[in-house]
Amino acid sequence: MTEARALSGKKVTELTVDAMRAGEIAVADLRIHPETLERQAQAAERHANPQLAENLRRAAELTSLPDDEVLAIYDALRPGRSIAAELTALAGSLADRGLPRCAALVAEAAEVYARRGLVRLPSGGTAPRTPR
Amino acid sequence: MDRQRVNLDGFAVENAELGLIALRSPYDPEPGLTITDGRITELDGVPEQDFDSIDTFIARHGIDPSVAAEAMALPDVAFARLLTDPAVPRGEIIRLSAGATPAKLTRVLAVLKPHELGMAMAKLRSRRTPSNQAHVTNRLDDPLLLAADAATAAAFGFREIETTVPVLDDAPSNAVACLIGAAVASQGVLIQCSVEEAAELELGMRGLTSYAETVSLYGTEQVFTDGDDTPWSKAFLTSAYASRGMKMRVSSGAGAEVLMAGAERKSMLYLEARCVALARALGAQGVQNGGIDGASVAAAVPNGLRELMAENVMVMMRNLESCSGNDALMSESDMRRTSRTLPIVLAGSDFAFSGFGSIQRYDNMFGPSNFNAEDIDDFLAMQRDWGVDGGLRTVPPERLADVRREAAEACRAVYGYLGLADFTDEHVARAIDAAGSKDLGETDTLAVLTAAHAIRQRGLTVVDIVTALDECGYPDLAERTVAFLQARLGGDYLQTSAIFDEQLTVLSLVTDPNDYAGPGTGYEPAPERRREIDAIRQARGVEDLRESQARFAVPGLLRPAGAAAQGTDPRDVVIGVSPAVGRDVWRCLSGLAVPNVLREILAGLEEEGCVGRIVRFGDTVDLGQIGLAAARLSGSGIGIGLQGKGTALIHRRDLAPLANLELYSVAPTITPELYRLLGANAARHAKGATPDPARNPYSDEAIEARYHTTVIALMELERRRVDAAAGPETLVLS
Repeated sequence: MTEARALSGKKVTELTVDAMRAGEIAVADLRIHPETLERQAQAAERHANPQLAENLRRAAELTSLPDDEVLAIYDALRPGRSIAAELTALAGSLADRGLPRCAALVAEAAEVYARRGLVRLPSGGTAPRTPR
Repeated sequence: MDRQRVNLDGFAVENAELGLIALRSPYDPEPGLTITDGRITELDGVPEQDFDSIDTFIARHGIDPSVAAEAMALPDVAFARLLTDPAVPRGEIIRLSAGATPAKLTRVLAVLKPHELGMAMAKLRSRRTPSNQAHVTNRLDDPLLLAADAATAAAFGFREIETTVPVLDDAPSNAVACLIGAAVASQGVLIQCSVEEAAELELGMRGLTSYAETVSLYGTEQVFTDGDDTPWSKAFLTSAYASRGMKMRVSSGAGAEVLMAGAERKSMLYLEARCVALARALGAQGVQNGGIDGASVAAAVPNGLRELMAENVMVMMRNLESCSGNDALMSESDMRRTSRTLPIVLAGSDFAFSGFGSIQRYDNMFGPSNFNAEDIDDFLAMQRDWGVDGGLRTVPPERLADVRREAAEACRAVYGYLGLADFTDEHVARAIDAAGSKDLGETDTLAVLTAAHAIRQRGLTVVDIVTALDECGYPDLAERTVAFLQARLGGDYLQTSAIFDEQLTVLSLVTDPNDYAGPGTGYEPAPERRREIDAIRQARGVEDLRESQARFAVPGLLRPAGAAAQGTDPRDVVIGVSPAVGRDVWRCLSGLAVPNVLREILAGLEEEGCVGRIVRFGDTVDLGQIGLAAARLSGSGIGIGLQGKGTALIHRRDLAPLANLELYSVAPTITPELYRLLGANAARHAKGATPDPARNPYSDEAIEARYHTTVIALMELERRRVDAAAGPETLVLS
């Protein structure tokens, strides 16, 4: 088995049935560590997939966010959920909290959504799309 | 002809206006790419200011500008030839494809003929070892049946199990049931519960599932938005799965845009090319495509099946995992659905099916797959016929019964221990034996819903499942589940095309890269796996046949009674039998006992006033020789030859061995009446009377397929009894 650690810092080898039965294992002990994701990102780069590497690095950043917030950001990025300014603000907050890659993704969404009518209108609807 | 099942299928007139066109629409853009100061400013004819959201995401994240000029300048045919040329390594195709636009790859793949797609697939898939995925669902979301069926699927060799629900709220229960069931039969089977994105992510976060694939992409912005997502929300979701250590692939495929009336007059392959380019741009490790829900739309137009396979190859060109469709029943015709699937199984894919329905068709809550539980024997035979690895193996019935029992019992124990539901012994027994949910009788579906709510509301995680398994007397299953969690935390299974083998080793693009480079290279099943593929349960050898023949043996029924003498009575007709008759061979191919056949022949002879005499000719297995020798020994000059398998003839002493008087050749279809007629006709020949013409019964069944292997084994039993020195021997029939 590898030397990997869980997000909590516990060694993978400390995850045992006995530890689970003793109530010593929490969900954070089952979560992947950002360093593991970084190591995988490097492997993806070596295997000609820089996009997979970028994804794994965004994922490494996201390990610091709680589940609810991850789901909330996903929802904010769905079409017609946010106005551009909200997305820009979200990007800023992510950047401030040490998630630069996720911040860049959200900032880019803010720009493109505004141009492509994917933002929420003040009335609550979605802007008409520009015909191609 | 109209009654053939193929005529139940819908076939569409090709129509670009509706997007009903497979490989190339007149409205598809010309491939094109302009790079200004390192930035893509034109993509397939669209200038940057007009990019829709999909174009934008692909242009900014999906194309390698450093190789774009080279890739786009390659003529389509030259590019296509690289795909099939074994001298060009996979890595070179991956490098070039990274710089190609969706329209460019569309044109390149449209050049390939079907067998060339197969060559490309064999070379370009990421993982060396092919694999397979199962659908495990049922109409009732019955946990015990799900557990038993997941165990069955894992026993057959499926390395991913995808479940889903007819009742959305049941999802956590289904995930738990499949998790337990699969672990009974194998380590390291990945489990998915396909539901709404957020719900699916939540199951993964709790460790109840280990991969996801229902993250849909579409080829036009309108349909993408109608699907309530954008490339950015999907990119974020992709990262969200990885952040919780979950394998994930996206899903796309021909026909989806057509069905949603949003194809914008583009060909299916071009729209899918946009999806695949986007999948790579998002950073997803793989794609489930090849039609999927729209497979029958593609199949309705000319070149449709070619298009479906081209989609898979395109995924491979983008250096991604291919989960190659074949998961929707695309035809009512067995021949058409086989024709759709076979080329992919032959070439080998990361996953030949993105859901082989390992359950009954009616229980498949995704809709019937292209292959289903009732097709597993056919699939196993196809693997063996072609010597290819489709990921499955034969499971002995005792093993199936064992794993189903343990799965259902463990599932019941865990549900009971956690206070989720109480199931009766009878329910467990029915789930073990059930072919499908119709065999369960009345079940309490509300109990399932209650259990699922409890799992969700109490926030139960895989830790609770492990504890329950250990507490309930399943320490091995608990250990197995923990080992899987530990292995997943290493992250290696987040790489392209990753699966765990049964020793929990990750096989992926990184650890098990495809090295096909022409004949004599690439994946070859290891000897043990080869034996698994070959050893289908229907295979029979000579010793199997010897045993089955011995069960019909009646000792003393055909007694040797010394050397046979030359007959002199003009009514004497010798019935010559082959060497193993009454020794190792007791039953003809028709199922008639050899002594009964002899009785019929004797009775026929007697009816016409002749006397039959049974003589074994132990020096040959050749029926012509036996018949002729019998005729020469007969007082009448007419003889009958009978092989143990039931083939019979009438011979005359002055004829050449192969020139007999009457031949009853199709042994499996010869009836007692025909054997009696044979005897009567032999007597008529002996008397110089006119024989009654015998008509060999003909059959439209695959008689040869059914009996040839048995014939070969029977003849081997006969051959082993041949003694060149043996003279004719009289036999007495008691």
